[in-house]
Amino acid sequence: MNPLYRNGGTLRRRRAKQLAVRTPNFRLRAWVLLSSLGLFLLAVIGAAIYRQIWEGDFLQKEGGLRHLRLVEIPARRGMILDRNGEPLAVSAPVASVWANPKQLLPHPQAIQALANVLELSPATLRQRLETHQKRAFLYLKRRIAPAQARKVARIRKQYGIRELGTKTEYQRFYPSGEIFGQILGITDVDDRGIEGLELAFDDWLRAEPGLQRVIQDGRHRIIEEVERVRPPQHGKDLVLSLDRRLQFLAYQELMRAVRKYRAKAASAVVLDVASGEILAMVNQPAFNPNAKRGKARASWRNRAVTDVMEPGSTVKPLVAALALEQGVVRPRTPINTSPGILRVGRHRVRDIHNYGRLNTTSVLTKSSNVGIVKIALKMERQALWQFYDRLGFGHATGVEFPGEVRGRLRPFQRWSNFEHATLAFGYGLSVTTLQLARAYSVLASDGILRPLTLLKRDQVPEGERILRARTAQQVRHMLETVVSPEGTAQRAAIPNYRVAGKTGTAKKAVAGGYAKHRYQAVFAGMVPATQPRFVMVVMVDEPQGKYYGGLVAAPVFSKVMADALRLYNVPPDELQKTLLVARRES
Amino acid sequence: MPLLLALLILCGYGLLILSSATGENSAKLDRQLLHLGLSFLTLLSIAQIPPRYFYRWAPWFYGGGLFLLIVVLILGEIGKGAQRWLDLGIVRFQPSELLKLAVPLMLAWFLSRGPLPPRGFRTFWALVLTLIPVLLIAAQPDLGTALLVASAGGFVLFLAGLSWRFILGLIAAGAALMPVLWHFMRDYQRQRVLTLLDPERDPLGAGYHIIQSKIAIGSGGLYGKGLGNGTQSHLEFLPERSTDFIFAVLGEELGLFGILALLGIYLFIIFRGLYMAAHIPNTFGRLLAGSLILVFFVYLFVNMGMVSGLLPVVGVPLPLVSYGGTSMLTLMAGFGILMSLYTQSVARGSP
Repeated sequence: MNPLYRNGGTLRRRRAKQLAVRTPNFRLRAWVLLSSLGLFLLAVIGAAIYRQIWEGDFLQKEGGLRHLRLVEIPARRGMILDRNGEPLAVSAPVASVWANPKQLLPHPQAIQALANVLELSPATLRQRLETHQKRAFLYLKRRIAPAQARKVARIRKQYGIRELGTKTEYQRFYPSGEIFGQILGITDVDDRGIEGLELAFDDWLRAEPGLQRVIQDGRHRIIEEVERVRPPQHGKDLVLSLDRRLQFLAYQELMRAVRKYRAKAASAVVLDVASGEILAMVNQPAFNPNAKRGKARASWRNRAVTDVMEPGSTVKPLVAALALEQGVVRPRTPINTSPGILRVGRHRVRDIHNYGRLNTTSVLTKSSNVGIVKIALKMERQALWQFYDRLGFGHATGVEFPGEVRGRLRPFQRWSNFEHATLAFGYGLSVTTLQLARAYSVLASDGILRPLTLLKRDQVPEGERILRARTAQQVRHMLETVVSPEGTAQRAAIPNYRVAGKTGTAKKAVAGGYAKHRYQAVFAGMVPATQPRFVMVVMVDEPQGKYYGGLVAAPVFSKVMADALRLYNVPPDELQKTLLVARRES
Repeated sequence: MPLLLALLILCGYGLLILSSATGENSAKLDRQLLHLGLSFLTLLSIAQIPPRYFYRWAPWFYGGGLFLLIVVLILGEIGKGAQRWLDLGIVRFQPSELLKLAVPLMLAWFLSRGPLPPRGFRTFWALVLTLIPVLLIAAQPDLGTALLVASAGGFVLFLAGLSWRFILGLIAAGAALMPVLWHFMRDYQRQRVLTLLDPERDPLGAGYHIIQSKIAIGSGGLYGKGLGNGTQSHLEFLPERSTDFIFAVLGEELGLFGILALLGIYLFIIFRGLYMAAHIPNTFGRLLAGSLILVFFVYLFVNMGMVSGLLPVVGVPLPLVSYGGTSMLTLMAGFGILMSLYTQSVARGSP
């Protein structure tokens, strides 16, 4: 027993003896009661006043923070279209599934069903829910198909889980897949371009999600939209100069060549001569932007602008053009290439065979190194450098493609005599496939150089005259012989059309010199030769077995261009007699 | 009949707040109306019973209540983590509610039989009579009801003239026992005490109720947002908004003036009750009536203190305003007893 109690008890007993019954002071008790009542009243009123008057603004704001929310309105990134309006990159609305783990965890069957629909392992899903059960919002899976979203809605209904739902997001799809892979590039999870044209034109394509203020309840449901803080700004569409049909053809033929010759890589470019637009640009190995991707890989490279080659014999027509322009030679000027070897300083320039007596035209037909060097040495090295420079070697092409390289052309002051010679047959400088195509477009467009573009052009820029029209026509005429039975690129021929082009088979430069059996097979050409519509350059890197440009690259040109001419309804410039006869008979 | 009128006004005001708090859920409002009707019927019928029957039945009532408490501990139904309900087939019923009436009845009966103020031994027995049901209820566990029952017993003792030394001693002993009590508390109860001291400790878990409640009251301001316009209460941020936290709804929608009006009605009821108790000529009636009206005050104190963040979260409803039939019935029965004691002894002039 409590000692205090005992004390009180004894005390009381003693007092009780003295006064039989001593009534307690009820008045005091009443006061105590009333004052404690009053105190309580003051406390409650005080608390209310404090909350509602002093702290009122703060608590009102806090309350607002709880039910007024800023919510993003998703916006769509701009489409990328080909020149005919075919979609190449589109942002499709997709659903992302979210849930409140606390609500989902008590329904093991629902978790099982969700895992099935979302193609996740039930154990993993459960574990993720458990790890994040303190959170009220958790993405279960982002970017699911519409059919899956419908199934999620059904599960939500079946189990009555209120905080399980889907949010709209946009996902980038590339309908043409790997055909445009490296050109279009890719976007990251936040819808920003990180490669290719998606990166180059990100500012143009990018969407600005809108913001709206909404009233939300304690379960994250939107009750009412209060105001639009910022409207969503959809990205602008980008129309490319590329033609999906040509791109497809080029892709297919290039892939075929790479497979056939087990080549390491390849790229091809088709230009529209009149406008400077790029109609097709393909690369091997291919890259599918729709597939799941990890780190940057070699296949992401748009080799047509990021990789360089030594152009080899394909520059010979350019040298010849300069010589004609300067009046150093004429198409029929005889040039003696005998004995197939030419001493330049301490070095020698060789031909494969001793071609004997040739003229300017047949130097190109046979692709004689000795012949073209003899022509080049008749000109100032400064003139040659200047011409290459004006053709764009060593300069960016202006397509503004991320990762574009400029190639290398050393200043003429530092050329040795031998370099002067090798530059005439395409060694000692490096160019991209696109740069080479651009240089050829000057021959094709009667001497005009136009800036290139990957975007569709409404207005053709005037361009810069580099050669007289007559010179360009002469060179084209000379180049037609290359595609003749006497030339190196018979396989580039296209029935009913005159083709002008030049092969190149360059030994690959490696550290300390040239590799023995590694080549780059190139064909650069234009069609129809009388008034070219297209320029196409095909480069195949390290073909195995056969490696001549005329055998490996020329057939790609021929097949793609034949279809392109038909697609674009380009009138033939050399109707074969059989066709004429047939017409007469019908 | 000023008390009856005040009760009617209070219930009307309560219905108004409840109608806003429940929103579109009119079924709840209908049921509350039913509760009210039943409760007033009970009040009126009990008010007709002559006080001597209360005196006569007090021990039996108390004994029956204790028995039911034991039964509920053994076979009671578990709801919301506590064993409080007895399923009688038609109605589910909490025996602990009975003790809110049975304990003051029993104590008033026990103490009025001997000389006042009670002597040591009798005080001891009175304490035992109070503590047995309190401990049984606390074991369910139902802290709120245990507190109310304990205070009902305590008030009878206080009014009977328990010496101040003894009261101070009890308070001191209680304070000394705090750590021991802490030791016996369940986790969630400790959590509630800690939350009172610092609600921001776990704003989304244990502190959620009290933070939301503060925000709701605070955002009401002087005049409130108007009935039905409370964002916190209507958008489901405020938990238990039709029951224990209905005071926060009032604060948000009717502001400080709404709170003051409610307090005014309550105060009137309490003062009127105390006045009536003071004028009952017999000891039994005085002790019982005083205790009943003071328990009503404790209800108020605990609920408002909790919602205002002055006391830990204890499940005590706002009397006659919160949704719920059981507590309303008990309270009205209490008022019925009070009226019977007063009218049938004072007004009719016969003891």
